[in-house]
Amino acid sequence: MNRIIVCVKPVPDPRHWDKVTMDPATMTLKREGIPSILNPLDKHALEAALTIRESRGGEVVSLTMAPPFVDSILREGLAMGADRAVLLSDPAFAGSDTLATALILAAGCKWIGEFDLVLCGNLSIDGSTAQICSQLGELLDLPSVMHVIGLEWLDNDRAIITQRIEHGRVRMEAASPIVVSVLKELNKPRYIPFTGILEAESKELKVISNQDLKIDPGLIGLNGSPTKMAGLEVRRFERKRERVEGSIDEIVQALADKIHQYGII
Amino acid sequence: MDFKFSEKEEMLRKAVREFAENELPPKMEAMEETGEFPMALLKPMAEVGITGIITPTEYGGVGMGYLARTIVLEELGRVCGAMPMAMQVHHMGCAAISDFGTDEQKEKYLTRLAQGETMGTVAVTDPAGGSDVIGMKATAELKGDKYILNGRKCFMTNSHTSDFWVVIAKTGEGAKGMSAFIVDKDAPGAKLGRKENKFGLRGANTGELAFDNCEVPKENLLGQEGGGLGVAIKTISETGRTGMAATALGILTATWEEAGKFASERVLYGKPISALQAIQFYMAEIYSQLEICRLLCYRASWMKDQGMRCDTETALAKYYTCESAVNAAKKAIEIHGSYGIMKEYAVQRLFRDAMVTVPAGGTAEIAKVVLARAALTPFKK
Repeated sequence: MNRIIVCVKPVPDPRHWDKVTMDPATMTLKREGIPSILNPLDKHALEAALTIRESRGGEVVSLTMAPPFVDSILREGLAMGADRAVLLSDPAFAGSDTLATALILAAGCKWIGEFDLVLCGNLSIDGSTAQICSQLGELLDLPSVMHVIGLEWLDNDRAIITQRIEHGRVRMEAASPIVVSVLKELNKPRYIPFTGILEAESKELKVISNQDLKIDPGLIGLNGSPTKMAGLEVRRFERKRERVEGSIDEIVQALADKIHQYGII
Repeated sequence: MDFKFSEKEEMLRKAVREFAENELPPKMEAMEETGEFPMALLKPMAEVGITGIITPTEYGGVGMGYLARTIVLEELGRVCGAMPMAMQVHHMGCAAISDFGTDEQKEKYLTRLAQGETMGTVAVTDPAGGSDVIGMKATAELKGDKYILNGRKCFMTNSHTSDFWVVIAKTGEGAKGMSAFIVDKDAPGAKLGRKENKFGLRGANTGELAFDNCEVPKENLLGQEGGGLGVAIKTISETGRTGMAATALGILTATWEEAGKFASERVLYGKPISALQAIQFYMAEIYSQLEICRLLCYRASWMKDQGMRCDTETALAKYYTCESAVNAAKKAIEIHGSYGIMKEYAVQRLFRDAMVTVPAGGTAEIAKVVLARAALTPFKK
């Protein structure tokens, strides 16, 4: 094992979701001012990488596409045990849909260099599209496996993978390099050890822009994203209220009509 | 002055909060019912670094210091007050050996504490002592290559969960007639006494020890013979008081959260009771006490990290935070009305837990003696 790349994504902390708003112009989430956490499933991906490194050696690199203010979240991945972090950040990336994001992450993987395994969480809790793993596989021209609940790295650089399917599980063997996305059943992520917090300060966190990746600007960002939001509707959960006026007989009749109209009886 | 936590300290808080919120609640019901400390959590806490937070790295700790420890204890206490109580006394055991132990003692005992193989404690109080430390009756007499200990120790946190204890006993008379020892629980003549049945901080074990011609090897003398009072005072005033203050701070934080949540959810007169000025004033008082205590606790532990003399500040933090935790919990119960005295609601536990922090680790009156000295010294003629 030479290198594992783990894609990690900062997402708005669910405890503050009531404060998250949408930008009506771009129809994207407005994340500024909302505390972020590491996407929970990405922690399982990171745990898988750290476990493999403990038995097979190699380097664990975390890879993120995000605005530059997520430094402290990436340090958490370093504190958990990643060797270094690469942050892909450029105003040109803003508004990227999953395909454009996968294109940027794939370019990031190639920029990092050779690798044996790319790991990610099956989905993020903000977008929940669960598309990055397959798209990364296609763009890197590598096999990809989703819904992984078992991952054993053999010493001949092959992996035994257990995938959860609708009514059972599939066990398969794959040759590296591969792209894998994981479910929470795979493992229990370690808590951040305090020694990791101390070590994280001195670990490398490199910020890379599109000047380094040189992706065609027409393929990334809001304009390069084929997904177009058709509309934005704010759902309101309110009780419907109606005031019925008149004499008692009129009110009772109106009430009886409503009961009939709504099919309550 | 810089009142901002570093990124490292913020991450530490987040890491402990995640650990505490996931690992402690499943144990709390049993802790409340049985009064037993959940020993199964000791190893996971060691892996994270909680048990060895102030212990130097060469003895298996993480050596992050006292401000970091305050953050850790506060976050544990926010979820379960008994946990920081047990941990802070564990840290007292670590500090006593770290500050006064020989290299051999540190290698043999401190490493085991830092790595969570057992729990630490310091036994000062005996039935005749307590606040009157010098009045203790427990004795130690050198006979050949052994000290022979006789007497009892009471109200000891972690008494039954430790494999060895730091014990203070009289080797002579007066302030210089006391010595500290590391006593193995398997030492001939060492006996575990009763387990106490406290009304708060129930998951932290408190009990009694008895020494009946207990044989302690001479090399287990901690520090110099006659230096026991120094061991007791330094450990209690610096590690113990900052620890009790941080425990109470965690309880106070939980109190504010429970009161705020209830006040925003409970509807009376057609709106949440948080819209009532009477409730708002209660919340303002709880919040003020929390913010004041945060500053007191962080400053005292920061001063300890800087190597500054901090006995006044630790006494102030301990006294004020423990009192505030009780006052705030009482107000939180009043905000809850009758719900507040029901076992289903956390505030009743917070009140019981807060009350136990008051006499523990030095009573409010002893803290006031220290504070009165600071308050009056400038005017002494």
